[in-house]
Amino acid sequence: MSAHAYKKKNPVWDWLTTVDHKKIGILYLASGAFFFLLGGIEAILLRVQLLYPEFDFVGAETFNQLLTMHGTTMIFLAAMPLIFGFMNAIVPLQIGARDVAFPFVNSLGFWLFTAGGILLNLGWFLGGAPDAGWTGYAPLSTTSPGNGVDFYVLGLQISGIGTLIGGINFLVTIINMRAPGMTFMRMPLFTWSSFITSGLILFAFPALTIGLALLMFDRLFGSQFFAAEAGGNPIIYEHLFWIFGHPEVYILVLPAFGMFSEIIATFARKRLFGYSAMVFATALIGFLGFMVWVHHMFTVGLGPIANSIFAVATMLIAVPTGVKIFNWLFTMWGGKVSFPTANLFAVGFIPSFVLGGMTGVMLSVPPADYQYHDSYFVVAHFHYVIVGGVVFGLFAGMYYWWPKIFGTVLNEFLGKLHFWLFFIGFHLTFFPMHFLGLMGMPRRVYTYLSGQSLDEANFAATMGAFLMGLATIIMVWNIIQTSVKGKKAGNDPWDGRTLEWAISSPAPEYNFAQTPLVRGLDAWWLEKRAGNKQMVAAEPLDDIHMPDSSILPVLLSLGLFTAALSAIYSNWVLAIGGLALAALSMILRSVIDYHGYHIHKEDLPAEGREGK
Amino acid sequence: MKSNEAMTKLPANPERATLDGKNKFLGFWFFLGGETVLFASLFGVYLGLRNATNGGVTSNELFELPLVFIATMLLLTSSLTSVFATMALKTNHFKRMIGWFVVTGLLGLGFLGLEIYEFNHYVHEYGHTIKSSAWGSAFYTLVGTHGAHVFMGISWITLLIIRNLRRGMDLYTAPKFYLFALYWHFIDVVWIFIFTVVYLMGKVG
Repeated sequence: MSAHAYKKKNPVWDWLTTVDHKKIGILYLASGAFFFLLGGIEAILLRVQLLYPEFDFVGAETFNQLLTMHGTTMIFLAAMPLIFGFMNAIVPLQIGARDVAFPFVNSLGFWLFTAGGILLNLGWFLGGAPDAGWTGYAPLSTTSPGNGVDFYVLGLQISGIGTLIGGINFLVTIINMRAPGMTFMRMPLFTWSSFITSGLILFAFPALTIGLALLMFDRLFGSQFFAAEAGGNPIIYEHLFWIFGHPEVYILVLPAFGMFSEIIATFARKRLFGYSAMVFATALIGFLGFMVWVHHMFTVGLGPIANSIFAVATMLIAVPTGVKIFNWLFTMWGGKVSFPTANLFAVGFIPSFVLGGMTGVMLSVPPADYQYHDSYFVVAHFHYVIVGGVVFGLFAGMYYWWPKIFGTVLNEFLGKLHFWLFFIGFHLTFFPMHFLGLMGMPRRVYTYLSGQSLDEANFAATMGAFLMGLATIIMVWNIIQTSVKGKKAGNDPWDGRTLEWAISSPAPEYNFAQTPLVRGLDAWWLEKRAGNKQMVAAEPLDDIHMPDSSILPVLLSLGLFTAALSAIYSNWVLAIGGLALAALSMILRSVIDYHGYHIHKEDLPAEGREGK
Repeated sequence: MKSNEAMTKLPANPERATLDGKNKFLGFWFFLGGETVLFASLFGVYLGLRNATNGGVTSNELFELPLVFIATMLLLTSSLTSVFATMALKTNHFKRMIGWFVVTGLLGLGFLGLEIYEFNHYVHEYGHTIKSSAWGSAFYTLVGTHGAHVFMGISWITLLIIRNLRRGMDLYTAPKFYLFALYWHFIDVVWIFIFTVVYLMGKVG
């Protein structure tokens, strides 16, 4: 609210109240990394339980909680925020914007996500975590005893609201805030895929909101949506969940595709092959993503016609995805390809993801799916697409953009060690699972019998999980070491192509001292080829308007968190108190005028000024 | 004459004249897109469960069209008055705009009162509750979510009017009022679907 207070703030208050997209990006990355480690520990515990036949390590009950929380954590609390972290840190820079369209909403989105994530994990300390699978199918979830599933329902609901408003923010940012000359068909692929992902979030998350709300009503208020004995229908939940759930897969993987497109082009030192085909393929995948949800439900018995239509729609998605794969290969073809860690992850992604895509096409055939359904074959498939696609993308993006976000370069030797251990561990874990599934091992079961030829593959899978764990420890060590005494990064360490590399590392809080003029695709690369040392400015040097920081997002999230936690224990007075705090925060946001403040042009450092 | 002079001060679409206004305008349309999916999901659930009466009262026995007709007329009229308010906004007649928004809010309040009466009536006269059948759950969730939106809208416009009464119209306040009008129209459109899918189809479908 007060002008110029930003210089004297204490750091804790600053991080709690910041509306700077770069800081919010770092917050997203940090909390996403925390939940990624948590989900990884859960995965390793699962694999230890399955190390030997009839092994007793955590037992059946804890195993159910672990598998539920591993899936939920990795999808909603690790992959989503890490992707939002990169979107926040990079997209405004790539389009030449000073900020996002709604800085306040951006901060609110982060704090809602965090509140939901904490609530979800409180179950571990309050009598049992959710145990009905990450899908939360009714009636298993509606009849699950204890409060575990309540934490799932309300935690996801709160973090889902945060994701939804984050998606709207990026849609508007990309449409309205582009620099002069940055037409849609000059946008970098990561910005394009963030744009389409935000659209998918907007139209997919409300279905989850309703699915979770109905679960909550059934559990807390005794409604009968999914109670077959009172005329309810549990299949409705499956539809709602997958109408959200399938687009969610593309919400996660499309930004990763965008990262690969940037990284592969940069390290091939070539323009991306088939730019417009890439854009079109991304949009088509996003569109078709809404038409395939029933392929998760082939065995429900919706009939041959429904199954056939959704099978054909599913197979169609292989076409635009194939276009992308070939475009990446042709981008490297004839290029001067170098392999720093970022590009290792990007190139390692291609064969790994193709394997996951092929099993996806196998699963899209309904008669065959009856055989694969709920087996380890499915587990192998979706880990190949999500780890091989999303996680490899996040690692590649981390090594690639770390200099721009933090101003230091991650150690390349440790990075390469991280890649090779993770890559080998990944395939060692998940490749044998295809065969485990084909031999009949069901997913989500805590043990298996010996003498069924399942022993060796399970042992190998657990060893692979240990390798991935070791790789992650090396990555953490790399991050710690780099943070303490990392090599200073230049503004443009990779000889990049897009606008974010035209400004200092890390970017100043106003991003661009003067809004740049974009003169083509790969704007920064064009200027460099033309012999320019910086972007041409699109406006004279002037005072820069900055948004006010605010504590209200934290208070609003705290209010909803309190309300949800109290509702789980039927403490309605406290629940209403929490809602009142949330409402009061909204009212204050509406009533107080936020005028922002100006950074005066005299205060800008000389190096920040462009196009003198 | 005074109003003509004022008109020349504000641009043609004051709600979209600034970047901030443009962002809010576009962002709110996207928000309404998400709300559309939200209500579409609820309508889907309702259509799947509308005959699951669990041996209790059916929609044909329960609904009374005269009451629903009055509620519908109140809400449709409030949509009209919010259009009048928007026209006043675009021509920079601040007091006229506030007046029409007050009428809009009051009509919304009337609608909400009728809905509360209706729910109360169903619960106490017919034993039709959120727990009595899957249809009951679907009915109260769909219609209740719409009612909650109406309540939210009334609170919103009340706050806007109180806060901005003495400030008048400018490029800062115009987007705030305009977005409320968009929201109110959306609520009205949803009600038209509820009237058709829930009440008319409940009577004759």
